[in-house]
Parts: sequence; C-alpha cells; structure tokens
Amino acid sequence: MSLADLWAQHWFRAFVTGSLVLVFALGNFYITLWLERKESAWIQNRLGPMRAGPQGLLQVLADLFKLLQKEDIVPRNVDRILFLIAPFIAHIPALLIFLVVPFGPNMVVADYDIGIIMIAAVTSYAVIATFIAGWGSNNKYSLLGAMRGAAQMISYEVTLVMSVIGVVMMAGSLKLSDIVLAQAERGVLGWYLFPQFIGFIVYLIASLAELNRAPFDLMEAESELVAGYHTEYSGFRFAIFLLVEYVHMIAWSAIAATLFLGGWVGPTPADIPVIGPKLFGWMTGPVWDNVWGFFWFLFKTYLLIFILIWIRWTFPRVRIDQLMDLGWKFLLPVSLFNIFLTGVMKYGWNVLAESGSPLRWIFWLWR
Amino acid sequence: MPYSYVYLPIFALLAVANTAIMIGIPKYLLAPRNPFHGEKLETYECGELPFDDALVNFNIRYYVFALTFFVFDMEAIFLYPWSIVFQELGLFGLAEMFLFLAVLGLGLLYAYKKRVLHWV
Repeated sequence: MSLADLWAQHWFRAFVTGSLVLVFALGNFYITLWLERKESAWIQNRLGPMRAGPQGLLQVLADLFKLLQKEDIVPRNVDRILFLIAPFIAHIPALLIFLVVPFGPNMVVADYDIGIIMIAAVTSYAVIATFIAGWGSNNKYSLLGAMRGAAQMISYEVTLVMSVIGVVMMAGSLKLSDIVLAQAERGVLGWYLFPQFIGFIVYLIASLAELNRAPFDLMEAESELVAGYHTEYSGFRFAIFLLVEYVHMIAWSAIAATLFLGGWVGPTPADIPVIGPKLFGWMTGPVWDNVWGFFWFLFKTYLLIFILIWIRWTFPRVRIDQLMDLGWKFLLPVSLFNIFLTGVMKYGWNVLAESGSPLRWIFWLWR
Repeated sequence: MPYSYVYLPIFALLAVANTAIMIGIPKYLLAPRNPFHGEKLETYECGELPFDDALVNFNIRYYVFALTFFVFDMEAIFLYPWSIVFQELGLFGLAEMFLFLAVLGLGLLYAYKKRVLHWV
C-alpha cells in the first residue's frame, strides 16, 4: 500500500470514528442529564420530570427545543472575538479525551503510547476556555467566576496528575489499553482500585474539583455569581457549555473506570461455571468480546457518574479558602505519599517474590 | 504508529464543526432576532445598569498559585517517565526519585510556611 493510500485510510477512519465518538458523547450527555434530574429528585424526595415522555425521558429534548428558540445575544460591551470563540475552544478537549479511552478490547480510536499524558495535556485546555469565556464577557460575575475557576482548576490539576502516577507505576505503561490488560492479568477483582485506594479517592475528589461540580462549584456558584463564567451566554452558546460540562463528566468517569476499575474487563455469560459454556458458548469471538467489553465499560462509567451526582446533591458548597487548603495542603502531600508507598511496595514484591520468602504476602496486593 | 496522530486535528475539526452547526442552525433558522429592543445588549448586573469596567486589577495571590502550579506540573512530567521504568531501575532509581520527591516536599513545606498557600 502506498503512503498516500495509508494517509487516506487514516483520514477516513478518523472521520468515521470521530463521528461515532461524537454520537456517543451526545447520547450519553442526554442520558446523564436525565439521570442527574431523576437522581436529584430521588435524593430530595421529589418525583422529578414526569410529564414529557415516560418518566420524563423526553424532558431533555424539550429543554433543547426551548433553547433552540432563544435569541442569540452578544452584549455590546464584550470582547467580541474571545466571546465568540470560547464555546468552540471548550468543545475541543471534551471530544479529544475520547481518542485514547478504550471502549472495548478492540474499540479504541487511537491507542497512543503516551495516553495519560495526552489526557492531562488536553484537559488543561478546559481552563483556557473557561477563562476566555469569563474574560471576554466583560462582566464582573463572569470574571470573578473565571478567576476562581482558573485558580481551582490548575490547583487540582496537579493533584489529579499525581494521583494517576501510582497506576502508571503499577502497570508500567502510559497506554490505556495496556493498563486495562495489566489489570485483567491480575485475576478476579485485580483492579487497581485496591492497591491504589488512596489514589482513587484523591482522583475522585480532584476530578470533582476539575469538573467544577458541587461541592466544588465555586466558579458558577448560583447564589453568589449568577451563573459564573457563562452569565452572558444565551441560547445554544449556553447549551454548548452545558454539553461540555456533562461530556467532561462522562470522560472523567470513563478514565476513572479504565484506570481503577478495570475498564472493559468483566465476566461474560460464557464464564458461568457449569452451564455457561454450554448455554452461552456461542457468545464468544471478537464481536461478542467487544459487545461485553462495551457493556462493562458503560456499567462502570455509569456507576462512577452515579457517585458523582450523588456527591453533588448531598454535600454543601465549600468555601474557596477551604478548597485551596484541601488541594494544596492535604491532597497533594497525600498523593506524593501514595507514589512513595506504591514504589516501596512494588519494589518489595519484586525483590521478595523471587526469594520465595513468606514475607512477600505483605506486598501481595501490589504484585 | 505516527499516522494515529492525524486523529487529533480531525477530532478537533469535528468538535468545531459540531459547535458551529449547533450554534449556527438555531441562530439563523429558528431563533428570533431583535437585538435592539430595549436594553438587552447591556451587560447583566442583576437589573442595575452596569458601572465601571469589569476588567479590573486582580489579586496577586492568583499569580503566586499559578507559579506554584507551574513547579509541581513540571515535577509531574519528570515523574511520568520514571514511573514507567522504575521496576527496571531497581533500588538506585527508587532512592533517586524519592530524593527528588523529598526536595519537592521540602519546597511545598517552605511554601506552606511562607503562607504562599494561604488563601486570604
């Protein structure tokens, strides 16, 4: 195959997979928004949306139709260019994260060797989009929200990046599909959730702060700043920010599921001890592997989304000084300690596993 | 596989196109357009007419936090390559990186004691 053909093939595949990922992101945005409303209603002992469709399933669609009819206002005082490009910049990283996420055994768009660094690099653009939106709006509330948002997001980005290093040390690779396979090799429930429990908790808290969700939603604190950095946005420009917020939530949950919960690894009906192979033996092969992989991936992702929504509707908002103290004075030293612990334990297992000493079972979890 | 990096610009392009479509179609086909009615083009300030410019000087502590962030983000980039190969490096690599971590921990302690991390 000539070089030109190879390029053409990759361009074509990129367009197809990109469209599929876009559809995935939009579909899950819809489901997550509905889930958020229903779950918040459940927590607050309400019914939530009930009128539009069965169990309010069409409520999100109704809201989108409402937003479609809204006038697109660009206020007089804004910095026009920054104001207009902010939604575009916000949308790009939300989609780029899904490049490296393995949806199934063979369902990964571009399996970069530097997957995790790429995620860290791409997601830091969210700060820039937020700040452009806030600064460009030329509104006091927007600017305050954007300032707080920038300070908060860069602070927690450090913690987030540090908490993932433990997983990289365990797997010895930055490639996300390698990390999933390394967890699969560790056997039943060999997820990195258990040896990296500190890392997982730190990741969860830091990703909440990175997503600007309650209890860390200081940059769009409704009771203080109207709507924070998107106060001046109306109509579908506002809807883009909403979309991006939820797609980021799905993306962070998907990455957490991949790094800590084993990604697409999970039992299939063919794994049932006695009757499994007989009854469900036909459910094997590459296509079925992908189907079950995708199922487990979605299951774990939605489990984490459920937890994120649960946290949002349970805890009150923290103050900004408490937020910064938590990030810098507690979570960062804890994640540094996690790196230290993982290094010592992993080294201890590597040394003692060869000698066959009974002491090695202390380090067994970090094998 | 160097070709796989072609996915980055294409995905970015698709995101931009999606945003343009989602903003453009309602704007030009569905939404009403009457920008000069009333005072809707004024900056929103809870009903009051806005006074003064919003782009004011901001507190120095944001800058200090940005500097601290910069230091620790650099550190993270140094930690990543090490974390991949540390199992092959053995005890020396482990001790070396813990020395590095200790220096940075001291730096964090210094910043803490100098009240750099204190949000007024």
